[in-house]
Amino acid sequence: MNQLTLSIIFYLFAAVTVVSAAFVVFSKNVIYSAFALLFTLFGVAALYVFLSADFIAITQLVVYVGGILVLLLFGVMFTNTIMQTDIKTDVMHVVPGTILLILMIAGMLYTFYTTGDWMPGEAQLQGSVVQRIGIETMSRYMLPFEMASVVLLVALLGAAFLARYDKAHKNEH
Amino acid sequence: MSQSPSLNTWSEALSGFYIGWLPLGLLIVAAVPLIFIALYALTYGVYGERKISAFMQDRLGPMEVGKWGILQTLADILKLLQKEDIVPTAADKFLFVIGPVIMFVGSFMAFVVLPYGPAFIGADLNVGLFYAIGIVSFEVVGILASGWGSNNKWALYGAIRSVAQIVSYEIPASIALLCGAMMAGTLSMQQFCVLQSGPYGFIHYYLFSNPIAWLPFLIYFIASLAENNRAPFDIPEAESELVAGFFTEYSGMKFAMFFLAEYGSMFMVSAIISIVFLGGWASPLPNIGGFALNEWTSGPVWGAFWIIMKAFFFIFVQMWLRWTLPRLRVDQLMFLCWKVLTPFAFIAFVLTAVWEIYK
Repeated sequence: MNQLTLSIIFYLFAAVTVVSAAFVVFSKNVIYSAFALLFTLFGVAALYVFLSADFIAITQLVVYVGGILVLLLFGVMFTNTIMQTDIKTDVMHVVPGTILLILMIAGMLYTFYTTGDWMPGEAQLQGSVVQRIGIETMSRYMLPFEMASVVLLVALLGAAFLARYDKAHKNEH
Repeated sequence: MSQSPSLNTWSEALSGFYIGWLPLGLLIVAAVPLIFIALYALTYGVYGERKISAFMQDRLGPMEVGKWGILQTLADILKLLQKEDIVPTAADKFLFVIGPVIMFVGSFMAFVVLPYGPAFIGADLNVGLFYAIGIVSFEVVGILASGWGSNNKWALYGAIRSVAQIVSYEIPASIALLCGAMMAGTLSMQQFCVLQSGPYGFIHYYLFSNPIAWLPFLIYFIASLAENNRAPFDIPEAESELVAGFFTEYSGMKFAMFFLAEYGSMFMVSAIISIVFLGGWASPLPNIGGFALNEWTSGPVWGAFWIIMKAFFFIFVQMWLRWTLPRLRVDQLMFLCWKVLTPFAFIAFVLTAVWEIYK
């Protein structure tokens, strides 16, 4: 692929990400916000592909689009009064907001310019990225990986307990 | 991102083809699966399914238009094109229109990693299989958009049932495919086929060379039926309770989009199951002495023939099941997923791991 095509595709996805993200924030309809999030997440996944991080890109799709977005949509759809409630998207607290915004941008620019070059990886990746991720997960990052699974299991048990609360409550009386 | 120099020669040659700055070759690579879906859905999908269902029920099926009704598909297309494109007044216009589009795009995007023979693939990603099962989440959002956008009780119930079913059945399906990935040690779709091709034909397929492979194979097949909302798991569009599920309000070309998306996913899951367990484009015929049947029936064109034929076989099985099995209830569906398929998928996972270590 030549450079021009690459940059056209890159700016296309960047535009999709930014425009849909703005829509998520500014839309007054919470359903539209949730659906616009699909395009934001998809655009971010495409940007990961530009960084040669295919695995993270697809994990992004599976976890955020397949899991979290669907959960969000379900939550929104099962809430009865969701369409009647007006969501406040007005501009409030202009002065503190602007100060915070300027501070944050200044902080990011400062870090960007003082840190100099982006840090290149110590070892150049060769062959399949998935293989390296698998080996690292099963060796150096074993403990965090296992801890994440324990946390998820606890969350699952907690959710099951809360969902069955009524039954347990009835038995007590 | 190709793995070996002899693979993907056609698609790589095509993607290097430019007219001026316009990457025409890339557009052609992307257009091939699209044209393929349309052609196959209209011939085998529509006409084939009508004929097969008719023969299963001892009927004749479409017979009027052309000899044996072979022009029936054309008549159907004309009918769909002429139909009024209705958007209900109470519907959410934006979501109603964009729902079928998202769904078709989701179904179409999976074709990126589908190898049409050794020489042609959209993109030989090294995470191909993961991509193919992950992209399904797009369809889920499309279904929700059309179900909510229709502003209709049946459509919303259908969409929610469908999404719950797809999200649940993704778990046994993914674990079953993970067993296949463990056997191959790769996620690249082309490498799956390369590893399963050899001089003895079908003996090299994981389904026949691995004593445990039949379990994940069956689990994935059952789960793939549910992911496509095919019978006996078609409760999202159960016509006796929900009219037509999430596409109740759709007509004309928007309805056709749902049809194309469904047939696209049917082909995709059939292709995935044949790639992971049945060698994809690898020829099933063995070399017998001087008759080098395997070598004669290998190559770019034969590869495309084999993978399409294998996928068509599984689509035939899907149709066969649709016209012979009754529909499950919602609770039976969830029971099957969480209490039968998922535990068995875990058992298959452990057994495959043990087999791969000690074989």
